[in-house]
Amino acid sequence: MQLARFKPLVFLISIVAFTSLGVNAAVIPEDRADVMYHSYSGGGVTIDGPSVLVRKGFKEKFSVSANYYVDNVSSASIDVQLSASEYKEERTETSVGFDFLNNKSLLSVALSRSDENDYEAQSFHFNVSQDFFGDLSTLSLGYSRGSDRVFRNDDSELNETVDRHHYRFGLSQIVTKNIILSLNYEGISDEGFLNNPYRQVRFVDPVDPNNFRLEAEVYPRTRTSDAVALGSMIYLPYRAALKFKARYYTDDWGIDANTFEIGYKHPIGELFVAEAHYRYYDQTAAEFYSDLFPRADFQDFKARDKELSTFGSHSLGVSLGYSMQIKAVKYLQKLSVTFSYDHLQFDYEDFRDATVSQASPDIAAGAEPFYSFDANVIRFYISLFY
Amino acid sequence: MLCLSKLTLLAVLAACSACSSIEPWVKPYERDRLADPIMQFDAAPVSAAYMHHVYQAREGARGAEGGTGGGCGCN
Repeated sequence: MQLARFKPLVFLISIVAFTSLGVNAAVIPEDRADVMYHSYSGGGVTIDGPSVLVRKGFKEKFSVSANYYVDNVSSASIDVQLSASEYKEERTETSVGFDFLNNKSLLSVALSRSDENDYEAQSFHFNVSQDFFGDLSTLSLGYSRGSDRVFRNDDSELNETVDRHHYRFGLSQIVTKNIILSLNYEGISDEGFLNNPYRQVRFVDPVDPNNFRLEAEVYPRTRTSDAVALGSMIYLPYRAALKFKARYYTDDWGIDANTFEIGYKHPIGELFVAEAHYRYYDQTAAEFYSDLFPRADFQDFKARDKELSTFGSHSLGVSLGYSMQIKAVKYLQKLSVTFSYDHLQFDYEDFRDATVSQASPDIAAGAEPFYSFDANVIRFYISLFY
Repeated sequence: MLCLSKLTLLAVLAACSACSSIEPWVKPYERDRLADPIMQFDAAPVSAAYMHHVYQAREGARGAEGGTGGGCGCN
């Protein structure tokens, strides 16, 4: 965990990797095995590792799946540069899932566990999907419960907990023979130790050579959020597809966010599929966020996490996939190989690069340039269908 | 007032009647395009999960990222 990030990632990986927990048609997911190498590099942080997913169905009614995921983190992020030293750590996540199809209803459960040297997370997921209206509509309801334990490597006294509850609703609708629409809602409620035990806020200190000093951040112990997403897939007059997605997010910390995404998929011949996509994101800051507080203990809750600041980001990505049928091996049907590259750009509007004034006493705290960084993300994966 | 209530009741009954007459307008044999793999919102679960992970770790927003697909009639 340390200063790299502090999020309940175990929820996300599990929910999405086990696609039957999303809003899908109530069908047993296809048998497949995926092996992926992932890499993120940007803002002084490098994260890479494997992800392996295996899924197998039985009697067209049952399906089991297992996922193993690793993040190898090496971080010298802007936060680390300000108040700590570069570190390396590893996070592993394991998940198992089970699906049961009964007529047009799909019941899915999954268990996940994530381990780091200073953070443990366990979660349980339940989802039910039902096809109706001639299979044009799919309704999905889901619930997840998570229990986290938070530690600090250099403070054996710190032993905190977080409880998480997720409530999901989804509706997928075939509109025409070329268009699918989807509507998703997710409400999340967290309670416990929600701030990062390592991260610090800064406050003005005219006596200090840097004009500022640091103190521990303090977050509220509860957080409730709502997110609504509308998506569509459109089959074009020729064999290609357009993807749209828009999401609105709001929470009781004062963060409002918008996400827009557009993608285009285009087959090349019989064996290749190319894809390009663009994603825009912006958000407002949390009410208790400040880049530079006027003095120490200025208010009860205080944060200087750039993920809670006002910022916008742009992402542009491309991918190329190759698929081939396998006839020579009895139990295998298809093999696909996919390479994806994404470039991300983050521009902060009220988070300054404090290392500038730290390095140059001529520049006063609060007068540094706003921070920005870009990142490159690579995914390379092989999928076997059997 | 009573007249208004009756009118409302009639309107509701008419709406229900109209709804019940709506039938699935895309027949199973017309869904070949929807069943095409290029129409999947997220083709590979591990890949989509990872990208959501990348974004969620760097953004304040969370939720409603779940994979979505269509009632593709592939039952």
